Amino acid sequence: MKCVVDFEKCTGLGICESLAPEFFEVNDDGDLLLLKEDITDAELQEVEEAVAGCPTEALSIER
Amino acid sequence: MAVADPSCRLVVVGASLAGLRAVEAARKAGFEGEIVLIGKEDHLPYDRPPLSKAFLGVADESGVLPEPTYFRTEETLRDELDVDVRLGVAATGLDTVGRTVHLGAETVRYDLLVIATGAHPRLIPGAEGLDGVYPLRTLDDSLAVRAKLEEGARTVVIGAGFIGSEVASTARKRGLDATIIEALPTPLVRATGRDMGAAIASLHEKNGTALRCGAGVASIEGNGKVERVVLDDGTVVEADLVVVGIGVVPSVDWLAGSGLMLDNGIVCDENLWTGVPGVYAAGDVASWVNPTLGQRQRMENWTAAAEQGAAAARNALDPENAKPYGTVPYFWSDWYDVRIQFVGSPEADEVLLVDGDPDEGKRWVALYRRGDRLIGALTVNGQTEIMKYRVMIMKGAGWAEALEFADKRRAAHAEKLAAAGVS
Repeated sequence: MKCVVDFEKCTGLGICESLAPEFFEVNDDGDLLLLKEDITDAELQEVEEAVAGCPTEALSIER
Repeated sequence: MAVADPSCRLVVVGASLAGLRAVEAARKAGFEGEIVLIGKEDHLPYDRPPLSKAFLGVADESGVLPEPTYFRTEETLRDELDVDVRLGVAATGLDTVGRTVHLGAETVRYDLLVIATGAHPRLIPGAEGLDGVYPLRTLDDSLAVRAKLEEGARTVVIGAGFIGSEVASTARKRGLDATIIEALPTPLVRATGRDMGAAIASLHEKNGTALRCGAGVASIEGNGKVERVVLDDGTVVEADLVVVGIGVVPSVDWLAGSGLMLDNGIVCDENLWTGVPGVYAAGDVASWVNPTLGQRQRMENWTAAAEQGAAAARNALDPENAKPYGTVPYFWSDWYDVRIQFVGSPEADEVLLVDGDPDEGKRWVALYRRGDRLIGALTVNGQTEIMKYRVMIMKGAGWAEALEFADKRRAAHAEKLAAAGVS
């Protein structure tokens, strides 16, 4: 499974970083960095929470 | 368990973010029963934060104004989620014994109920019927405000909260005159504390918006359409547009006599349960015990609405395995070219500026201490900092640990600036 960011929609609000900090980090300029793409079964729940928590619906999981 | 019972009917009252998320979570949990989603507005569920931000902006190069963001199409709601969507219908009563929701003369039976009726704006009496005076809560409000901005309205905002500040900021960005009138001596105290409220409010003057604090509104006047706002001290401010942003009231009037406990919203436990069988609440209308911060709260932000909607539905469907909903509250606001972000609670014993300087720059970080715990953090253009503190608050980090971390972050930021050749 892969984590996908739609950078057109993302405005760097950062909720994803607080829910799954190994995957997401907002940089100094306010842009989102995707730190890694591949999601293990153990990490799925936190990434799902990040997807659900994104106010701009910019995140998805490619299965 | 209700999930597996196809004869069970879930009714969700309130078709905004929390209501939508309740519906989606129920289906995701495998609920096969009937779902009815009732919404007072005529619109499909749409996203509210942009209504006081980007949606008020100017047209693009091809002359097209920003479009509203609808979360789901009608087809998706009806066909994929199999939801009976009733829009433009207000709930008028609740019978928790007979398990019915009243929609005027009509009644809708429920087995499980999620109430997500949100909140409605406080208004200023005496200005009813004057064209050009609006609250800003709904898409229709925002369209009305935008139409006036398009006409080049001299803008007066009553209330220096986040919504009003965003409107003023947008007016300035359009090159229009903007004045904010605030009754309290310092704005944003409830949301961010006194010192930071003053610091953030200083952004207005730096960006050409007049801010009058400690000023009461005596009257809003005009002939058919608004022409001026008169203050308590007699000052007259000319206006073509007045946006009233003086807070919201939880929408619970329809629940009078229902047996639900009402006190600044619907009183719920930590599972968002109202104490009445099958009835849960979510979003701005819900006052619940937040186990993460150990306090009763009612939130008025996007994240809580989304998460509570889903949590309330899941708990309604499976009350025996109900999970408390805990969160570190988060909100953001965009003014001028500044992003303000806050996590946690502003009710603190100490507020400490740990990076930047509100007087000088456009970027700063402040931490909030309660006892020996980190309880809140505020950043202004500190997008890379804020969520690291949210994680710390979630984990119950101590104050000393937070300060140590802040030191490291400040040093790292200074180093980055030095490397980039910025002094």
